[in-house]
Amino acid sequence: MELKVSNEGKFHIIQVIGDLDASSSILLDNALEEAITTNTKSILIDCAELHYISSPGIGAFTSRLEECIEKNITMVLFGLNDKIVNVFRILGLDQLIMIKISKDDAKDHINDAQFTSALH
Amino acid sequence: MMHSLQVPCTKENLKEIRYFVESALSRYNLSANDVNLMILAIDELCANLIIHSHQCNQDECIEVKVKNENQTFIFEIHDQSNDSFNLLEYKIPDIQQIITEKRNGSMGLMLVKRIMDDIEVERNDGHNICRLYKSLPEGSN
Repeated sequence: MELKVSNEGKFHIIQVIGDLDASSSILLDNALEEAITTNTKSILIDCAELHYISSPGIGAFTSRLEECIEKNITMVLFGLNDKIVNVFRILGLDQLIMIKISKDDAKDHINDAQFTSALH
Repeated sequence: MMHSLQVPCTKENLKEIRYFVESALSRYNLSANDVNLMILAIDELCANLIIHSHQCNQDECIEVKVKNENQTFIFEIHDQSNDSFNLLEYKIPDIQQIITEKRNGSMGLMLVKRIMDDIEVERNDGHNICRLYKSLPEGSN
């Protein structure tokens, strides 16, 4: 498994490539921890090249969700293939983790959420 | 026909286990989604055994067996340990609670129970067999 981290304007992007399992999930966990400490408010997870995920990989996301909410960070996953979306669905996580089809959709979602938040 | 694979108890061998299960299932006309779910269930159970029952001790091994009988896939995971954990008694936690408590575990066995149709556990003098059943007629998708 390989991670590539980049920034596009305000968006902190983590690209996940390969298999995310019990032997590799620690790398994602570290990358998410680092992203949260950069004070970004917008984390995008590019899953277009994610071929497989098991529970430790999913756990890297679920264990950070509350922290993101507390720090007003929006995290969006995009580009997941059908097999991986189905795994999130079986756990009921498709209702709790924001999943979008494309990077543009993910950015639009974050922009809308931040615009709405600024109005309140 | 029974397929079997024995590997040392290291997390790095999970990938080999996944390839093995995928290869054993490749001769059947199954959807990519069904194949992925069965691979995932076996991966989760093996990861649990390797990490918690064997503490990633590479001197110890687990064995995975796969066969198909009357359109039911039967997966057996054999290991030698005195771990008293009983999968059958495991209660599926609430997903919202896992998130609130910032936990990164507990979902693997939830997946196993939701994916598989039936689970049996056999213990005999430290030799354990976990048997998982999934009924899936070929070409049913």
